[in-house]
Amino acid sequence: MISLGKNQKVVNSGNSDSDLDLRVTIAGVTLDNPVTTASGTFSARESGAFYDINELGAVITKGVSLEPWDGNPTPRIAEAYGGMLNAVGLQNPGVDAFIRDELPYLKGFDTKVIVNVAGKTKDEYCRAVEKLCETDADMLEINISCPNIKEGGISFGADTSMAAEITRAVKKISKKPIIMKLTPNVTDIAEIARAVEAEGADGISLINTLLGMKIDIYQKKPVLWNRMGGLSGPVVKPVAVRMVYQVRRAVKIPVIGLGGIMTGEDAVEFFMAGADVISIGTAALVDPEAPVRIKRELIHFMKNNGYRSLQEIKDALL
Amino acid sequence: MTGFEPRILESKILGNDCIAREIYRLTLKYDNAEVKIKPGQFVNLYLNDKSMILPRPVSVCEAGNDRLTLVYRVVGKGTEALSGYAPGEMIRVSTPLGNGYDISDVVSTVKGASKKIVLAAGGLGVPPMIELAKTLRNEIEGRADNSATPDTSAASNTGATASLPDTDKKPEIVAVVGFQDEVFLKEELERFCHRVLVATDSGISGFHGNVVELMKTFEQPGDYYLACGPKLMLKAVSEYCLEKNLPIQVSLEERMGCGYGACVGCTCKIKEDHESVKLKKVCKDGPVFRGNEVVWDD
Ligand SMILES: Cc1cc2nc3c(=O)[nH]c(=O)nc-3n(C[C@H](O)[C@H](O)[C@H](O)COP(=O)(O)OP(=O)(O)OC[C@H]3O[C@@H](n4cnc5c(N)ncnc54)[C@H](O)[C@@H]3O)c2cc1C
Ligand SMILES: Cc1cc2nc3c(=O)[nH]c(=O)nc-3n(C[C@H](O)[C@H](O)[C@H](O)COP(=O)(O)O)c2cc1C
Ligand code: FES
Repeated sequence: MISLGKNQKVVNSGNSDSDLDLRVTIAGVTLDNPVTTASGTFSARESGAFYDINELGAVITKGVSLEPWDGNPTPRIAEAYGGMLNAVGLQNPGVDAFIRDELPYLKGFDTKVIVNVAGKTKDEYCRAVEKLCETDADMLEINISCPNIKEGGISFGADTSMAAEITRAVKKISKKPIIMKLTPNVTDIAEIARAVEAEGADGISLINTLLGMKIDIYQKKPVLWNRMGGLSGPVVKPVAVRMVYQVRRAVKIPVIGLGGIMTGEDAVEFFMAGADVISIGTAALVDPEAPVRIKRELIHFMKNNGYRSLQEIKDALL
Repeated sequence: MTGFEPRILESKILGNDCIAREIYRLTLKYDNAEVKIKPGQFVNLYLNDKSMILPRPVSVCEAGNDRLTLVYRVVGKGTEALSGYAPGEMIRVSTPLGNGYDISDVVSTVKGASKKIVLAAGGLGVPPMIELAKTLRNEIEGRADNSATPDTSAASNTGATASLPDTDKKPEIVAVVGFQDEVFLKEELERFCHRVLVATDSGISGFHGNVVELMKTFEQPGDYYLACGPKLMLKAVSEYCLEKNLPIQVSLEERMGCGYGACVGCTCKIKEDHESVKLKKVCKDGPVFRGNEVVWDD
């Protein structure tokens, strides 16, 4: 229950079943198990109050940017049928404060740390990445769903050439493995995946949230201050599974699959679609213990259905 | 801080009764768990219908041992579903979240018989005032057992304290509560407050007007204000206190994702040291803040 600090690392209990192999290696980094937290839905101290962070394969942090960002005014959250909309607007204390205050705490756990990076310009991404390369973060995940302020606010990830350009720029300076986190708000996800692979991305994660909107028909105005927000949760899962499936067949690099995973069975669905690692997002807001529960359910599923490794699940789809 | 790690517990519904139009009192029993509660904290209710995935935050109205009473208004799909839950059914509920009212600050600031603590609440801001009034009453009377109902007769109070110097006498707790129309929880407040003053927008009962208007009719303002209710009311009470240089704590409300500090969905702006403005989480750093530190936008 209690979060353990440095020097208090515990043996990873989930892997004690010697016949089950949950380990997975992506971009040269080995995770003890494939369960990670989705960016923006995990906070070390708060989430760590509910479960043992050492149980996770990796934590993926909330987005950090070069400068501190205030995010959007409230309301930032709305509910949708089987899901939620958020317009947090990437509030974060900036990369320097993150490196000083949060990263050392996260590195005190026996898990890998993947730092999610946000930016408004190519230069901002690169300068944040440069700073993070001087730390002991294990990998970086580049969130290219952010609006590009130099190109009229269109998301970097919605345009193949911009996605490629950011990947190229970041890869050129990075000493850490780079995971490109793709937005689902595109016509052809496979094309974007191929483009970032061609520029040297070490992995791909998807999906980020789907752009959505909710109107209060009695107040006659949008529920979110920002009017639009990102849809996540179980409602987006079929879209996410489809996109993981398409990307798996388009590229060779590892895929982190996420979008609406609520149970161990949902996780299995992503592995069968081709994910190597999975992330738990909205589920952890709805059930704070979700990441460790889903890991338990995954192990249970594997035992009950005779799978000994994740590879066997990945190979199972007919 | 409760000193407890937060948890989500299966809880049994003991009662779910309509106490006014569209207002329900939900009584829960935490399963095998003793839970410490500070007035002003809230709990997350997790609905059984999973199409409504987000928890519903509701303030603690009253608590004792393993019991928890909440009072809610049916305003949407979630609270409507909740009103249909029957006694005996189970519901998932978090242990109390957030920081409640700073009681020790009230008690250490307000001493003496001529002193007055004002609880100002409007609408669904009234329920948390019950546990708050109970706790304050026990604190100022030095009671250890918080389940006991104090003697509310003014005569016995003055009788008991007549020979003491003024600073040793007990301050008075006055609730000023406002409703649109129908009044609820008045008797419950009267159990713990020395006086309960009611305002209604419709004028159907008590003072015709709102809480702030009623407050302003006091000959002598209170010495400490504790407020909960609609943002506009909290803002007006805070401005009133700021003008008179009186201490005030307010309980804010915001749309929440997680309710435990992970999603940064529920921020508010707080002026620290009257200087820099910081973004704070209503769920984790609040919901109670100093009224003079809140930046009231729009
Ligand atoms: C700290 C705190 C304490 C509260 N205490 C009480 C209380 O004691 N009694 C009471 O009746 N209500 C209280 N509320 C408001 C209560 O949370 C909402 O009325 C309730 O969530 C409405 O749910 P719904 O499904 O019926 O409404 P819907 O409008 O269908 O809900 C849709 C979404 O919006 C959210 N939402 C809607 N209204 C509010 C609101 N006013 N504040 C926050 N989120 C909202 C819901 O949680 C849900 O996620 C409190 C809110 C907060 C933040
Ligand atoms: C409140 C909230 C904040 C988020 N913040 C970020 C973020 O900072 N960076 C990012 O890349 N994705 C962010 N996301 C997207 C999630 O990481 C994830 O891609 C998406 O929610 C889909 O997964 P889910 O359905 O499991 O939540 C956020 C999602 C939510 C709900
Ligand atoms: S509701 Fe998630 S941080 Fe407050």
